[in-house]
This record gives sequence, structure tokens and C-alpha cells, in this order.
Amino acid sequence: MSPIAKKALQPASTDPAFIRNFCIIAHIDHGKSTLADRMLSITGVVSDRNMRAQYLDRMDIERERGITIKSQAVRMPWQLGDQSYALNMIDTPGHVDFTYEVSRSLAACEGALLLVDAAQGIEAQTLANLYLALDNDLKIIPVLNKIDLPAADPDKYARELASLIGGSPDDVLRVSGKTGFGVEALLDRVTELVPAPKGDPNAPVRAMIFDSVYDSYRGVVTYVRMIDGHLAPRERIQMMSTRATHEILEIGVSSPEPTPSKGLGVGEVGYLITGVKDVRLSKVGDTVTSHQRPATEALVGYSEPLPMVFSGLYPIDGSDFPVLREALDKLKLSDAALVYEPETSVALGFGFRCGFLGLLHLEIIAERLEREFDLDLIATAPSVIYEVTTDDKQTVIVTNPSEFPGGKIHSVREPMVKAAILAPKDFVGVIMELCQSRRGTLLGMEYLGEDRVEIRYNMPLAEIVFDFFDQLKSKTAGYASLDYEPIGDQVADLVKVDILLQGEQVDAFSTIVHRDKAQAYGVLMTGRLRELIPRQQFEVPIQAAIGARVIARESIRAMRKDVLAKCYGGDISRKRKLLEKQKEGKKRMKMVGRVEVPQEAFIAALSGDVEKKAK
Amino acid sequence: MPGVAPTADPAPLDGQLPASVTEGAAERPFGVYIHVPFCKVRCGYCDFNTYTADELRGVKRTDYAGQAIAEIVFAAEVLTAAALPIRPVSTVFFGGGTPTMLPASDLIAMLQAIKDTWGFVSGAEITTEANPDSVDAVYLQQLADAGFTRVSFGMQSAVPRVLATLERTHDPARIPLVVQWARDAGLGVSLDLIYGTPGETAADWRASLEHALAQHPDHLSTYSLIVEPGTKLARQVRRGELTESDEDVQADFYELADELIGAAGFDWYEVSNWSRTPELQSRHNLSYWRGHDWWGVGPGAHSHVGGVRWWNVKHPAAYAERIEAGDSPALGREVLDAGTRHVEHVLLLTRIRDGLKIADLPAAARTAVAGLIADELVEAKAAIGGAIVLTLRGRLLADGVVRRLLDD
Repeated sequence: MSPIAKKALQPASTDPAFIRNFCIIAHIDHGKSTLADRMLSITGVVSDRNMRAQYLDRMDIERERGITIKSQAVRMPWQLGDQSYALNMIDTPGHVDFTYEVSRSLAACEGALLLVDAAQGIEAQTLANLYLALDNDLKIIPVLNKIDLPAADPDKYARELASLIGGSPDDVLRVSGKTGFGVEALLDRVTELVPAPKGDPNAPVRAMIFDSVYDSYRGVVTYVRMIDGHLAPRERIQMMSTRATHEILEIGVSSPEPTPSKGLGVGEVGYLITGVKDVRLSKVGDTVTSHQRPATEALVGYSEPLPMVFSGLYPIDGSDFPVLREALDKLKLSDAALVYEPETSVALGFGFRCGFLGLLHLEIIAERLEREFDLDLIATAPSVIYEVTTDDKQTVIVTNPSEFPGGKIHSVREPMVKAAILAPKDFVGVIMELCQSRRGTLLGMEYLGEDRVEIRYNMPLAEIVFDFFDQLKSKTAGYASLDYEPIGDQVADLVKVDILLQGEQVDAFSTIVHRDKAQAYGVLMTGRLRELIPRQQFEVPIQAAIGARVIARESIRAMRKDVLAKCYGGDISRKRKLLEKQKEGKKRMKMVGRVEVPQEAFIAALSGDVEKKAK
Repeated sequence: MPGVAPTADPAPLDGQLPASVTEGAAERPFGVYIHVPFCKVRCGYCDFNTYTADELRGVKRTDYAGQAIAEIVFAAEVLTAAALPIRPVSTVFFGGGTPTMLPASDLIAMLQAIKDTWGFVSGAEITTEANPDSVDAVYLQQLADAGFTRVSFGMQSAVPRVLATLERTHDPARIPLVVQWARDAGLGVSLDLIYGTPGETAADWRASLEHALAQHPDHLSTYSLIVEPGTKLARQVRRGELTESDEDVQADFYELADELIGAAGFDWYEVSNWSRTPELQSRHNLSYWRGHDWWGVGPGAHSHVGGVRWWNVKHPAAYAERIEAGDSPALGREVLDAGTRHVEHVLLLTRIRDGLKIADLPAAARTAVAGLIADELVEAKAAIGGAIVLTLRGRLLADGVVRRLLDD
């Protein structure tokens, strides 16, 4: 008999003393969504019949990747003793690219479940978010999940968790989201331990936006955590960062379907709909106040999302450019962090230079564009933000190698990150080797529990965005996990390497690299292009150059023979058709100077997918 | 059958031609091609329209000459109905298949029908292809006596191993014999060679060229082997039993051919053809490249008359049916518009030495000529004189040259 609340507390009139706001900190795959689903079902907000797996992860990509991109909040009734409570579970994104969004979700809570797979132990990403949670003074409740798995070793990981956050291994809860074991006890523990929210019901309204989601039917749905005051339907609200005002068309709570209410009071978590169509007008971290009686001080912690990684996105079929523009315009409505502007490339045609929070953000956007808008895209190698100072003391911000100034360079600064890698101790050697090869500086190393190590490095962000995570995973049999945070920038000996075909620069292949790696890049790219570009009627030199200095070269030998020897018994039509086919083929070629290059060759060279060119 | 028929309009059953074909017809030489779709065995590389005894579905080879003659009569009616002037025939070419699978009397009867229908111009060129093991001295003498002027032997190679890969059945030692018999009969002699057969070495190819030149032919054709889809050879290559020779090897072989054939006193006049003197060029072959008119008789044969191209049904049984019903054997046809005719003009004439005039090109294409000279694909001196003449390198890259001359 599950203790479903006898009488659910009504939004807008709930005493903050009986509200519990908490989130779940977990690594991808550690079962957060399954556990959340189980809570929905045990508290009775979703009937078993309506249960679909991972109810809270609404986007297809989220469900497929098993990760949460956009957070949501759900209100669940719970009964402890004679008292009914309202539990607000705030779902947090679990990835490093979304640290800012995570921090806002955490700021909406008083407690956090630290959820760890009982067969795998804690991962670097979870550690990072744990630090954030502790930093926000959240009450941490350690939980081991998946204890039903044969490979589970709860004793070992309970000791690991206890050594990490203090307390006894016996305090670590053991649950199975899959079978439901321990979940009721977990909800009891949340009710007992998570502090009630505090706030002034009579002060001017202050509510923090912790998420903002675009819905094509209803416009932007803004998720807020009430701090002070009370909000009601039809009230005019004001965004404190922009001073923009809107009228509340609907206010309510998710349980988990949106349910309108008479309002929201201190400590409550719910949603607002104002009819705005662009998430930029309702920014995560911003403070909502009343237009009539505005608060004087915004809540702390708001910042504009800053793109860290840039890449050019190009439609493989050039005629899809308008579709791509429209698609980005649409995605922008639901993703305040996405920035872009049109750019053209000799090799790739028309596309957009896009800024992302990180690599996963890039991947997700590219995947959504391909899936939701049926686009075939190619992304250029990701770039970070460089600050280049020329000899005449001009400073240029470079997010695209093409913006790298010519002439004498005085200095280049590049963004640095502090990276934390968690892995079984057997992999320390290969990880250090990898980090060393990526210009990392070792900061320290620490044992976590019996056999796992946290290794900390300072590294250039550029080294991380280029294929680092894939390398890390493949060198550690998938065991290592990575987290990083920006720590400012520093001077580095960086150069721009250009790739030239018959003396003509191929823009998409220009890159900014450390001088020590310039030649390796040049050799790699010229080699790839030599394999991929078909022979022409003339010899084609391929060069890699820093400014005017050639650092690597290859050449594509001239084609020797393309003539069809015979006309079959006067079958001229067949010969002409062949010619027409060849001419059609040529139309799909990109011209770099006089060199005809199939776009597939550029794409393969960029993606590293080099196969022998097919004859 | 391998090979895809060009997509085009269906041909009318009565064979009727549009009025446009008469334009300039008086200046266009007229030729006849007769396709003989029979072979004793099918060679592994061959995708031509030809059939062994097993594949004929009841058609008798002995009936073939009669059917071809019926098409000749039909042709005369169609051309007359289109108000074309009666033009004596300039060239006749019997190709195949293996024309010499038929008794000499059949070939002679078909030739006689052409003569009876249109007559011949003075010095008409009358050629048959021949397989070295399907003719003897008597056979060749009969042809010569009936008016044949040339014979083109499918020699292909002098190297038994290469011939075996090609599945050619003749004994290379027979080549000097058949050439001598043809000469004795007063026939001009051309030899066909194939290069780039899987497994053929440069030494093999040199040996074949030298052996061919030692026969002192009047004319030589060399064709690079093309692995055509659907052939046994293609299957062997796909299964990895044979390795296709690559583009560089084929280019080397062509250059060797040009060197040796040139040193023996021959000049090239089309990418794949050389003759000892200009008079010994194959005028029938040139008529294809020059866009002349010809009627192609027989299954799968292609015709061209005044900007209309058509092709006959492929199988001898289907062909026989059409002919017996008194219908045109044509399966499909194209009426070429001005743009297509220009494309063909450039495509075809670029390949012959005395072919494309720069004045025939639109201004935009003429600007491409300088680049072609710079890339050593066309002769500078000839270009200054107003003609496109391919260099040795240009002949090997002729398709690309054509594309550049047609660039819009």
C-alpha cells in the first residue's frame, strides 16, 4: 500500500513548510529518468496505464540518447505521518555543456538526490554537479540505483559516496528505479531531510526562471521557482534583465501535464505562459517580478549564455540553404544559447557560422536540424574563441580561422579549461599520455574509493573540442568520464594553417593550431585530400602553409586517360548520354580555382572519413 | 542482352521520317551499315548485339540475308517517301557479330541489293569485318570479286595468353595467312587490336603491335578494353579472378601504340585509328564522326539520317517478326534539336584529326581553347590556324576536352 497523499495540497495556497524542492544529480545512464518515472507512478500523478518510459524526457533525441537536455519540473503529492506534502522534482540537464542551466535548476531547490549507478560508481560529470549543489547549500541525499543488477556492488560504492560527502555508508539509500525497490523510503527521506523553502509572502514578487521551453502551440512556457510574493493569472509581470512586460495568460504546475492553478506562492515551482514566442524574451536565470510593484533587486546568479565553441554548418545540398535558415530561426525560439550568422565557403557553399555552449550542444543542434528538418549537414571542425593581437597592437576576436589577421602577430590568447577525468586506476597512464599530447598541465590526482582516480588537468579548450572525448573513451574502454570548466585564457604559440589547392586557399580547411602541431595537421589534411580528390587534366599541388611558408605538400598526378575508345556500331546516342552524365556530374562539383572537387571529398576530408576515392 | 537502349521516343511502325531530314541532304554522303548478329561463341569481354546458335530462339541464320534485303527495300521506300534525293552509296560496312559466319554468297547478295537499290559512287568503300578463323583464300576472293574493297580482321592480340583471357578462339599464327590471302585477292587490310586486357604486360602489347605492323596493313585500330557491365569479364573482375588494368597502364599502352604505329609510317586520323595514307582511312568510320547519313540494317543497328537517329529491335527473332510483318524494325528514335546537334558536332568532330573548326564554336567556348593549349591538350599551331587538333595527351583526355569545349 503506497502512501499516496490523502489530500493533495493546492497550489497557490500551500504553506511553504510543507513544500520540498529537490533535484536529481546523476550521470547519463545511471537511471535518473527511470527513477523519476517510478516516483511519478508511486505518488499517483501518472497512472501505470499512462506511464510511458522516461515520461519527463519529452524530446525524441533525449529519449534516444537517454539524456535530459531541457529540464522540467513536476509536482507530486506525498504523505508522511498525518501530514500531506507537495514534492517538486526539478529535472536537471546532465551535461557539461549546460552547466549554467544546471546551476539555475540547482538554485531552484533546497535538496538534491545524488544518484549513482551501483554497478559503476560516481562519474566526473556527477562530481562536477555535486560541487555545484554543495556550493548552492543543497541538502545532499546519496542514493545508489540499479541495485537489482547482478553487477551491482552497493557496499563498495556506498563507501565511495560516504568518503566523498561525509557521513556513514549506511546513510546511503539503495533503490531500484526499475523494480521500485526503496523508492517509497527515498520519498520519505526527501520529505524528512530537504529543508522547506524560505521566502517573504508579503515582499514584491521575485521568481527565478530555471527553464524556458518553446512549445509550437502555446509559445514559450517559462518554468519558475517562486522566492517572494505571489503571482496570479492575468497579472502583468516584468523581466528584470530586459524590463520587458507581459501578461500572464496561464499559470500552473506540472503534474506532470500542465495544470492551471489560481497562482503560485512562496517556495512553489510551476510554469507561466505569456504568449511570447521566443525564449530569448524569457531567459533562464532571469528574475520575474510584478509590473505593478516591482522588486528593486534581482536574484543573484543570472548570466547571458556564452557560446564557447563555433562551427560552420552547411547543407550538403546547396539548395537547402533557405531550409537551414528557417530551421535555425525555429530552433532559436527554444534555445537561447544558439547563435548564428550566415557565412560562405568556397568548398561548402552557403551556410551558417554557429556558436554553441559546447560539443554536445553542437551535436544536438546538428542532429535536431537533420532529424526535425530533414537536412543533410556538414559541420566544419569546431573552433574556440581566440584573442589575437597584431604587432601594431590591434586586438581581434577570432571565432573562425578566416578572421585570423594576416601580417605580424604579437600574441594569441586561447581559452583554457580545468578538466577533471574520472577513471579506474589502470587507465591513469593512457589518460596522462593523452592529456600531455593535448598540451595539458597536470594539476593533481586523487583516489576516490578503492580503485578509481580523479585526474585534474589544465588544458586548452581547443584541444578538448577536437575529438578529445572520443579519444578518451576509446583509450579507456569507455570507462573514463570527463568534466571541464572554463578558467580564463592564456597566451599560446598558435598559428593559422591554410590548405591550398593549386595555390587557391580552401577556406573550410583553415585551422588554428599550436605551432608544434601545425605540420602534423598539414600532413594529415594534404594526405587526405590527395586520396579524396579525383585526378584532373593537370597536376594539382596540395599545400599546407602558415602564411606564405609551406609546411607540407602533396600532389595529385594529372589524369592520363578518360577517353572512351569506341563508338559502338554508330551508337552516337549512347556516347552523347555518357557525356551528358559526365556534365551532370561536373555540376555537382565545387570549383577551387580550376580544380573540380566533389563535395563528398571535402566532407570526407573534414570528417576524417577517408577512403580510397572510388574510380 | 547487356547494354541499355537510349531512352527516346518510340519509332513509328511505318518508319516515316520528318521533313527536316531533307535539309542539306544533297551534300551529305550516304552509307549503309549491315549488322550480322551471329557468332560461333560469345567472347568474354563482348557486349555487342550478337547471338550464338543456342541463343537464337528458332531464328535461322540462313534466313538472315533475305530479311536484311527486305529492310534495304523498306529503307529505300522510307527515304523516297521523305522526299530525299536518291544518293548513290559511298560506304558499306558489314559488322557484327561475325559477318563471315555467313556464306560469302549471303554477304554478296546483300551488297548486290544495296547496289540495285541506290547504286555506288565511284570508288565506294566496301568493308567487312572478319574473324581470322572464319575466312579462307577462296572466301576472300569471292568477296573481292563481288566488289568488296576492304577487310578488317579482329586480330586483337598476338599473345596466346591474352587471346585466351579475351576468349578469342583464333590461332595468332593465322594472321599472316589471312592477311596474305586478302592482299592476294586485292582487298585492303585493316587490323583491330585490343589493349589493356587483364594480365596483359607492356611486353605483350609491344609484341602485338610489332606483329600487327609486320603484316604491313593499310589501317590499324586499337581499342582499350572496356569491362562492360553484364559481360562474363565483368563477373570475373567482380569475383577477383581478373584485375582490370588501370587508367595509367592504359595510357602507357596507348602512348606505346602511337609511338610504334607512328614510327611505322602511319598517321592517326581518329583517336583509335591510324592509316598508312589519308586515302586509306576508313571513310565509313569517319562518316559516324562527321555526322553523315547512314542506314543501319539488321537487329540492334543504329541509323542516322539528317538529324534523326534510330535503332532497331535487338533480338534477331523480334527483328524477323517486324520484317515479316512489313513494319519498320526500329524500336526507338530521337529527333535531335539544334542544341543536341551542336553537342554531337563538338563531341564527334573533336575526336578526328581533321575535324572541329574553332569557328563552329560559340564565343564562350572559344575562350576555353587557350586553356586547352596551355594544358597541352590541343595543338597550338592548328588552333592558330582555326582547327581543334588533339595532342597525344589530348587524345587520351578527349572526353574532358569535349566537356571544356561545351562548358556553358
